[in-house]
Amino acid sequence: MALARAATLPLPVERAPSGRALGFGLVTAYLSLIVLLPLAALVWSSGKGGLGSFWDAISAPEGVAALELTLGVSLVVAAINAVTGTLIAWVLVRDTFWGKGIVNTAIDLPFALPTIVAGLTIVVLYGPRSPIHVHATYTRYAIALALLFVTLPFVVRTVQPVLLELDREVEEAAASLGAGPFETFRRVVFRNIFPAILSGVALAFARAIGEFGSIVLISGNLPFKTQVASLYIFGRIESGDPHGAAAVSVLLLLITLAVLLGIGVVRHYSTRHDHA
Amino acid sequence: MRRLGLRFAALGYLAAILVAPVGLVFYRAFQHGVDAFWASITTPDALHAFKLSVIIAVIAVVANTVFGVTCAIAIVRWKVPGRGLLNALVDLPLALSPVVVGLGLFLVYNSRTGWLGPWLSDHGIQMLFALPSMVLATIFVSLPFVVREVVPLLREIGTEQEEAAATLGSPAFATFRRITLPAIRWGVAYGVVLTTARALGEFGAVSIVSGRIEGQTQTLPLYVQDRYDSFDSVGAYSASVLLALLAMATVVAMTFFKPKEGTS
Repeated sequence: MALARAATLPLPVERAPSGRALGFGLVTAYLSLIVLLPLAALVWSSGKGGLGSFWDAISAPEGVAALELTLGVSLVVAAINAVTGTLIAWVLVRDTFWGKGIVNTAIDLPFALPTIVAGLTIVVLYGPRSPIHVHATYTRYAIALALLFVTLPFVVRTVQPVLLELDREVEEAAASLGAGPFETFRRVVFRNIFPAILSGVALAFARAIGEFGSIVLISGNLPFKTQVASLYIFGRIESGDPHGAAAVSVLLLLITLAVLLGIGVVRHYSTRHDHA
Repeated sequence: MRRLGLRFAALGYLAAILVAPVGLVFYRAFQHGVDAFWASITTPDALHAFKLSVIIAVIAVVANTVFGVTCAIAIVRWKVPGRGLLNALVDLPLALSPVVVGLGLFLVYNSRTGWLGPWLSDHGIQMLFALPSMVLATIFVSLPFVVREVVPLLREIGTEQEEAAATLGSPAFATFRRITLPAIRWGVAYGVVLTTARALGEFGAVSIVSGRIEGQTQTLPLYVQDRYDSFDSVGAYSASVLLALLAMATVVAMTFFKPKEGTS
């Protein structure tokens, strides 16, 4: 009886519409002011001179070279991460050794470390005063090294939880049916962690194409050689061409959105796969 | 044997890309003794930069925590239209280039051609090359963290207790304070730690909107670049070590606050 009556009582969510309206207003206003307004100004500024000037800005040879370099190095870095990230995640989940907890904690350091400090650490070891006599500064290798540093956590942290959840009995079954270790990994483990690798790689790629702080000190910012997109944009702003900067920024923004959308699709597909 | 091979490959990679570079910065900072290190992080410019970084981080963390909890509740609990869009917008700062963020703010607030800049400067409010735009830039880049941590927790705890409290006559805010908040507090704490780290370290966006004025709008990360470019390597290494220590404290705090995943 009491239960039946309780069910007819209004639910809390319907009880305080004024508080909710206030909260929703706050959230909308905050996001509009902080996120939407600058992005709108960016898009507006890039298109201000019409489609022609937008095209001119993004097809300037220096800018095209910067974009090509950024996408190329980011792809390589993402690919390396696919291998090393999976390897590290595997070792952290399946191996046991002294100090594993510290290693596991250290994986997050590139996330917490300011990007300029990340760049400086790469200069110190791989720059002109390198104690191991590697002088990678002002080359593409230095850019790749800095990007490998800052993107380290992505694949590890997306693959690790999936590996932890993986049912080992299937692997044991595969092994007992005569599959070699590589065969087992490829046909049992890899199939399961592939969506996680893919989304980690995409996150690393998105992070790499926008990266700025860790590259400032080491790239030398040489046009057509080591100038990445973010530094090209920075240079356009500094030389008083915010519209040109905005055009390239919009392009970068579109690429980022496409990657995020891709991750969403992968996640959607992989979760549906799980439930099927 | 194979296991050892994999282990050494993984640890070797980590050593080359992470441990050795960071370790060497520590070595270089203390190479000329602790006194030299101490002297270079206590110069007026360094202290000012540190103070400014802390002020900006505190404002950004408070703003993003209040927003983050409200936004997470809006996404999970309120059946408002446009929640999908809200979700996507919140994630965007995670992947967006800091330079793009800085440029967007520049285009809104510069006092000559900006959308709001001329009006604001007519009314005596200096946004660009001053604290306000630096705070806005930092809030932008550190916005997603509290939301991202609280959303899954809210989903997990469900609405039963909140509904029970409300049926017993508890006002909405009291329900939030006494039921919801205690349940999500570790998620909020974790989000706050991430937000703090991101806010203290922000470089690109702040670099554009601050104008990098020494002793005025120079945050600690900007100070590192300035020292490096002025060939004061001890100054750059010392300030970096300070930032790296804060980052390490963050990472340790993360392992304490981390939601239970990983032990299962």
